[in-house]
Amino acid sequence: MIYQAIVFLPLLGALIAGLFGRVIGDRASEIVTTAFLMIAAALSWMVFVQVGFGNTTAKVTLLRWVTSGDLDVSWGIRVDTLTAVMLVVVNTVSSLVHLYSIGYMAEDPGRARFFAYLSLFTFAMLMLVTADNLLQLFFGWEGVGLASYLLIGFWYHKPEANAAAMKAFIVNRVGDFGFALGIFGIFFVFQSIGFDQVFAAAPEMAGKTFNFLGYQVDILTTLCLLLFLGAMGKSAQFLLHTWLPDAMEGPTPVSALIHAATMVTAGVFMVARLSPLFEHAPLALQIVTMVGVITAFFAATVGLVQNDIKRVIAYSTCSQLGYMFAACGLGAYAAGVFHLFTHAFFKALLFLGAGSVIHAMHHEQDMRNMGGLKKHIPTTWAMMLIGTLALTGVGIPGVMGLAGFHSKDTIVEAAYAGHTTYNYAFWMLVLAAFMTSFYSWRLMFMTFHQTPRWGNGHAHDHADHDHGHDASHAKTDAKHHGHDDHAHTPHESPYVMLVPLFVLAVGAIVAGFSFKQYFVGHDYKAFWAKALYEGPNNHILHDLHNVPAWVAWSPTIAMLSGLALAYVFYIVSPGLPAATARAFRPLYLFFLNKWYFDELYDWLFVKPAMAIGRFLWKGGDGAVIDGTIDGTAATVTRVTDRVVKLQTGFVYHYAFAMLIGLAAIITWFMLGFGGTR
Amino acid sequence: MNLAVSNILSLVTFLPALGALGIATLNRESKGNARWIALWTTLVTFAVSLLIWINFDKSNPGFQFVEEAAWLGPIKYKMGVDGISMLFVILTTFLMPLCVLASWESVQERVKEYMIAFLLLETLMIGVFCALDVVLFYLFFEGGLIPMFIIIGVWGGKRRVYASFKFFLYTLLGSVLMLLAMMAIYLHAGTTDIPTLIDKGNLPVAWQTWLWLAFFASFAVKMPMWPVHTWLPDAHVEAPTAGSVVLAAVLLKMGGYGFLRFSLPMFPVASVELAPLIFTLSVVAIVYTSLVALAQEDVKKLIAYSSVAHMGYVTLGIFTFNQQGIDGAIFQMLSHGIVSAALFLCVGVVYDRMHTRDIAAYGGLAERMPIYAACFMIFTMANVGLPGTSGFVGEFLTLLGAFKVNTWVALFATSGVILSAAYALWLYRRMIFGVLDKPSLKAIADMGPREIAIMAPLVILTLLFGIYPAPILDVTAQSVKKLVAQHEMAVKATRSAAVAGQKN
Repeated sequence: MIYQAIVFLPLLGALIAGLFGRVIGDRASEIVTTAFLMIAAALSWMVFVQVGFGNTTAKVTLLRWVTSGDLDVSWGIRVDTLTAVMLVVVNTVSSLVHLYSIGYMAEDPGRARFFAYLSLFTFAMLMLVTADNLLQLFFGWEGVGLASYLLIGFWYHKPEANAAAMKAFIVNRVGDFGFALGIFGIFFVFQSIGFDQVFAAAPEMAGKTFNFLGYQVDILTTLCLLLFLGAMGKSAQFLLHTWLPDAMEGPTPVSALIHAATMVTAGVFMVARLSPLFEHAPLALQIVTMVGVITAFFAATVGLVQNDIKRVIAYSTCSQLGYMFAACGLGAYAAGVFHLFTHAFFKALLFLGAGSVIHAMHHEQDMRNMGGLKKHIPTTWAMMLIGTLALTGVGIPGVMGLAGFHSKDTIVEAAYAGHTTYNYAFWMLVLAAFMTSFYSWRLMFMTFHQTPRWGNGHAHDHADHDHGHDASHAKTDAKHHGHDDHAHTPHESPYVMLVPLFVLAVGAIVAGFSFKQYFVGHDYKAFWAKALYEGPNNHILHDLHNVPAWVAWSPTIAMLSGLALAYVFYIVSPGLPAATARAFRPLYLFFLNKWYFDELYDWLFVKPAMAIGRFLWKGGDGAVIDGTIDGTAATVTRVTDRVVKLQTGFVYHYAFAMLIGLAAIITWFMLGFGGTR
Repeated sequence: MNLAVSNILSLVTFLPALGALGIATLNRESKGNARWIALWTTLVTFAVSLLIWINFDKSNPGFQFVEEAAWLGPIKYKMGVDGISMLFVILTTFLMPLCVLASWESVQERVKEYMIAFLLLETLMIGVFCALDVVLFYLFFEGGLIPMFIIIGVWGGKRRVYASFKFFLYTLLGSVLMLLAMMAIYLHAGTTDIPTLIDKGNLPVAWQTWLWLAFFASFAVKMPMWPVHTWLPDAHVEAPTAGSVVLAAVLLKMGGYGFLRFSLPMFPVASVELAPLIFTLSVVAIVYTSLVALAQEDVKKLIAYSSVAHMGYVTLGIFTFNQQGIDGAIFQMLSHGIVSAALFLCVGVVYDRMHTRDIAAYGGLAERMPIYAACFMIFTMANVGLPGTSGFVGEFLTLLGAFKVNTWVALFATSGVILSAAYALWLYRRMIFGVLDKPSLKAIADMGPREIAIMAPLVILTLLFGIYPAPILDVTAQSVKKLVAQHEMAVKATRSAAVAGQKN
């Protein structure tokens, strides 16, 4: 019953707040959803202790779902150590975000709806992590996509929010397109999409080939890559990353929960969950590493120059997800999941901290209009400092450090132990660690230190900034302006917002050293049991402990250099950043404009799709097909206009015949070459 | 089985006609009475039809509730349903009360004739799914054209005459060929009994291709398949809301049903040989019409094009000849029956208030119509095939079946999940989200009790069948299994005969 309670309490909360929010009121909706999430979180920790340290895999079948011929899929709950870790992450962060939102969204008229969406998201995420087959995983996968869409577009008055919501959904669907094909392929090969059945049969399929798109290709490599396309979409990896920064249009608690701690890590979870498949597809694993490393590097470069506080953290998230994939691709799934676990705490902390800053600044998000806030909001500063120390990986190698120190350094060591070509993974990840440190401290210095740039009168024109106005609600706006007149100075957030920060800060400090032993250290085999699979030749978790000392020290040195450089740039001589940007203007613009991916995709996909659609409509349906039909009718009925109508009719007939001919040719082609038939 | 149950198909089929007769006796002024009689007739018909579902034996793959009576010489009056057809009867009877309710206020002219047309249409539609004689099937199938033609032509929009003639010409052209093919079947097999033709059919291979093509002409137009789909957007745009609902939800399904009832079992070899043609047209339909939908500025046209794309999955699934594909195709038809009906009803709600189908005339409706926005969101998600809604199950199964047959087809068809998300969310964004700044929308009211009563059952079923599709899949399983097995045997038999022929 505990398992059912964990999964369905959030759904119940969502239904109550969603259906009866108007009747019971905003406050009641907040309390119900938050209380249910707190219960679920407490139960999750219980399960974590039971399962993680008790080595059981629990399974509950709930209801028959899709049955057709050999296909038999049920709704169910599967809890092993991997699931238990995710349950803890999801429910802990979600309950804290619920609590935080009571304060953050206090002035929003749509609170009941907001809390319903938050709880709905949590439910979908829980269905995802407790799935016992690929179809339920896919249900949760698309379910969190829907919730993300609804929450990014929560302020539906804002055109940017609507655009970002749509973009998130559609880009994710590109990934899901691969995911779906992967599921079809798995069923075709294994006659089942249940995890146990597929995993048991996977070794037999290793190295075998099948016909895919007319080519003989390795079965498991192809299927793993198709599934990984889904992971790339959901976890915003290079090429499918464009939606994540835009998703920052949503309210900040949403960014913390969905776009930092939980949903975006679903891709990492998927690869870890499917480790029994990926382990037999070495080429696929190499590609996973490559994508992860490129993302970690690329996103860090963009993060260096962003000015919107949330976007800096968003690119940081993108980059950290790259680390996790790099680890998984190297076979160190446990290290990837460990970083997922610690990252959830300090990244949620950073986002909620940023939310507190934005709240203090009356919905200002541009760091160029901040500075010197440490004096005014010292508690938030302290919390953000802990988050930054954890993210940049502060610690003493061999001794101890904050959360990110343990998990990120493990990945960097794994990258060295993994022996990639020219050690590219190792070097690029170290370089990314340097950039992580730089942009994190840049954020801290620009926001909390330096001289204040938000003086009198400044608070009024925040509407002019590009990304400003986290909560530019027509209704709340009026309130805010009235509010602004009284208090120009930033104010510390209420306790309902600070308490979640405290809890997350504790996590950001202790999650590393207290769990390292179980996740990736000495006891890792007993801890993970059968939840993660390692091939017989995969010793990476062992090897990474035996890397040379300089390797173990290198992320720390990178971190210190990043801090030092940021200190020089933003504290010692604040003129340097502008001068550097001028000196390397093309590179600066390249990073600032996110490597021009949005422009490229717009030009490559969005505009052509619309244009082709219009052309097919007016040209294909209008002129050719209807032209023929109308032309025929006209030639028959109107004898007087025969000459003219026949002329035009002929052109259309000709075109129509061509279409039919085209169809015939493709048919012939498929008869001859395509498929098994 | 008691007496009522033994004649239940005829009862359900002709109850609406009886109601129509009752309305015909009214005088012209009693609009209210015509509405109430129509509502009660459709409700009673629905209630009775549920007895079919309750008494249906899921383990029996053959025809049930069979009625037979002598009629015109060799042509019999024979009715019966199996797992493939039964739920279409229920779908029809379920939607008709909603159609009557949806027309309650929007139709004020010639209410009496309108209701008569709808009730007759219901009789003819149910008849199509129950008929077990080729000629009887043809009568119902073509008869349905006439009331629909009248509904569009009389109660339609500005270009209704053009649209209704286009609709009529298109579908009639296909039908003539089908009639000729039916005559050929009778001449060869000496019977018009559908079960006999299915079980012993397997006509000479030389004939099969031509007969298949003749039936194809009719079913492809009805589905509609690309490139004979252009009548649909026009018909939808001009039809009154309830007309669109019936058109999208039931009339389109007759094509898919026809393929399953005639093409597959009676011309198995031709079906296999021409499957690549179907695959090509289906994939083109999915990609092409989704792109076209993206460019639409008229709500109804957009949904109409999305219907064509969704029907692409149906034809794709049917011609995979495997259990998942065909189960999926039937499921997709039923689900589309619910979801497209709901979407057209959603359009009707705002059309009744604003009298425009122009997407640009809307925007920010979420502000004043939260209940409407929520309903529309659920149906939009079902339309894009989100797991957990009924729209997912059918799409998933058809694609699963298609992957087994041809990975290229599966690849292109699956790309529909991206395109459908694009056009559906783009529509939602333009109509529901954004700032409500158009003066004409400032006073728009949310859905009233009547409208909520129409939407509620559709919302419930959309979610129910997405989470627990077993009630549908269990009904279709055995009949589809039999169909697939018979099909395989027939194809094998023909092949081995051909091999034997070569050896001699």
